[in-house]
Amino acid sequence: MSQEIEKKVFRGRIKVPYKHTAGAYVEKFITEIGKNNKIFGVKCPKCKKVYVPPKMICFECFEKMEEWVEIGNQGIVKGFTVITHSTPVMPLEPPFAYGIIRLDGADTDFVHIIKESDPEKLKIGMKVKAVFKEKPRKRILDIEYFEPIQ
Amino acid sequence: MPKHDVAIVGIGQTKFRSKRRDVNIPEMIYEAVKMALDDAQLEPKDIDALIIGNMDHFEGINFSELMCGIEAAPGYLKPIVKVATGGTTGSSLAICGYHNVASGIYDNVLVIGWEKLNEGGATTGIITAFDPVWERPSLAGALGPLALMAGMYSAKYGITAEQAAKVTVKNRSNAANNPFAHLQMPNITIDYVMSSQMISYPLRLHDVCPQSEGACALIYANEEETKKITDNPAWFHAVETAHYYTFGTDDKMYDLPTATFASKKAYKKAGIKNPVKDLDVAEIYEPTSWSELSWTEALGFCKPGEGGKLLDEGITLMSGEFPVNPSGGVLSTNPIGATALVRVAEAAIQVMGRGEKRQVPDVEKALAMGFGGSLWTEILILGKEPMR
Repeated sequence: MSQEIEKKVFRGRIKVPYKHTAGAYVEKFITEIGKNNKIFGVKCPKCKKVYVPPKMICFECFEKMEEWVEIGNQGIVKGFTVITHSTPVMPLEPPFAYGIIRLDGADTDFVHIIKESDPEKLKIGMKVKAVFKEKPRKRILDIEYFEPIQ
Repeated sequence: MPKHDVAIVGIGQTKFRSKRRDVNIPEMIYEAVKMALDDAQLEPKDIDALIIGNMDHFEGINFSELMCGIEAAPGYLKPIVKVATGGTTGSSLAICGYHNVASGIYDNVLVIGWEKLNEGGATTGIITAFDPVWERPSLAGALGPLALMAGMYSAKYGITAEQAAKVTVKNRSNAANNPFAHLQMPNITIDYVMSSQMISYPLRLHDVCPQSEGACALIYANEEETKKITDNPAWFHAVETAHYYTFGTDDKMYDLPTATFASKKAYKKAGIKNPVKDLDVAEIYEPTSWSELSWTEALGFCKPGEGGKLLDEGITLMSGEFPVNPSGGVLSTNPIGATALVRVAEAAIQVMGRGEKRQVPDVEKALAMGFGGSLWTEILILGKEPMR
C-alpha cells in the first residue's frame, strides 16, 4: 500500500486543417483592397450605418445590406496598444501597434496594424492612412498596415 | 405537465450540399432563418429568444453564438441558448425549444441548427468525444462503432447486406422528391450500393451518410401566438430523451435500447398504441443503411430482427403503409448540427401537408427521431391537432 505509484498524465495533440469560406462580403472587400487599393463598406438600408468590415446583416436592424460604399483610406485612431513580445503568429516583427481605426465615411471601427511602435508617438485621435501590399494575396493583410500622417 | 401547447409555425432550410463556397457560415445560416421568418410572417423583433446549435469543433469556430445568433439571426440583445450534443444536437435543440415555450418562459422561440462540414474535420471532432485513455487509440470516431453495430446486428438476426442496401436505394430515391436533399439519386440500384467501396466492414461507401453543409430553422409558438400566425401548424404531442453509455461493451451496442425506451415513453404520452397504425410517417436518424433496419425494430415499427422484412414487404416505402424517411433521411443529407432538426422540420412538413412530391397522403401524426453520441435517442411526435 505504501508503494509510490507514478501519477500518469496522458498527453494529447490535435491537428485539424480547417477551411473558412470567405463569403460574398469578404470576397468583395479583399478584391477591392488588392486590385484597386480601395476600401469598401456596406450600408444598412434602415439605420444607414456604414459597416467596415462589411457583413451581410446589420445586427441591430436585422436588415440585409446590399449597398456598397467606397470609404476613405484614411482614418482616426480610437485606441491602440503596442506589441513588444514576439510569437510565431504575428503579422509583423514586433514592435508594432494594433489600432482601432474609424475610417473616413465608416460608422464602425476597423482593427488593424499601425506601423509605429513608440507609444509616445501614438495618440488617440491621430490620423493614419492605409498602406497597401504591392503583391496582394487576397487577404485582409493586403492592407499591410496603417501609418501615421505627419 | 406543460403549461402551454406548442406548435411549429415557421420552417426554413437551405438546399444541402457537400460544399457551399459561395457563402460563409452566417450567410448560409441566414438563408434558413429568413425562410422561417417569412414562412411565419414574423418580423425579426417578434422573436422572443433563440435556441441555436452545432458542434464547435467541426468548423473550428468556438462561441458560434456570434455567427449564428447575432450575424445570421435576430439575436441582438435577446436571450440565446446554445445546445451541442453531437448527432442529437438538432433534436436536443428541438426539445429545448419546446420546453422553453411549453413552460411559459417564452411565447415563441427561433430554433436554428447548422453545420458547414467541408470546412473542418467532423471525425476529429467526434474523436474528442471519446475517452482519451481507453477509446481514442482504438474505437473512436463515427464509422468504427457504427460498423461494429451493423456487424453484431446482422450476425444476431441474419440481416443481409442486400437488405441494408435497399435502405439506401429507398432513401436516396426518396431524396429525389425533396428539393432540399443533398444526395438525390432517382435511379440508384442495389448493385450500385453493394459494389461501392468497402469503408469499414460491413459498411460500404453507400451504406453511410454523407457530410453536408446547410442550416435548418424552425419557429415555435404557444397556442395564443399560433392562432395569430397560421391555421396550419404542427403541434407537439410528445418529446423524450434517453441517454446511454457505451464504453465498448459496458452497455448493449446493438438494438439501440435508448430508442425503445424513449419511444415507449413518447407513445404513452401521445396516446399511441401501435406506431405503424397510429402514426402516419416517420423521419428517423439513420447514419447507416443498417441502422435504419435496426432502428425500425427499436422504435417498435416491427419485432426485433424483422427490420429487413419490414422493408422487404414495402411497408416503409413511399408507397407503403408507413413511409420512413420520405425526405431521403440522413443517408441523403447530413449537416450534423442540423440533421436531427431537419427530421423535425420534415415531420412538421408532413403534418402540415406541405411536402409536395415527398408528401405522404393524409398525415395526422408524425414521428421524428434524433440519434447520436453514446447511442443516445431523442423522440418527438407531432400532430395536426393540439394535444390538450
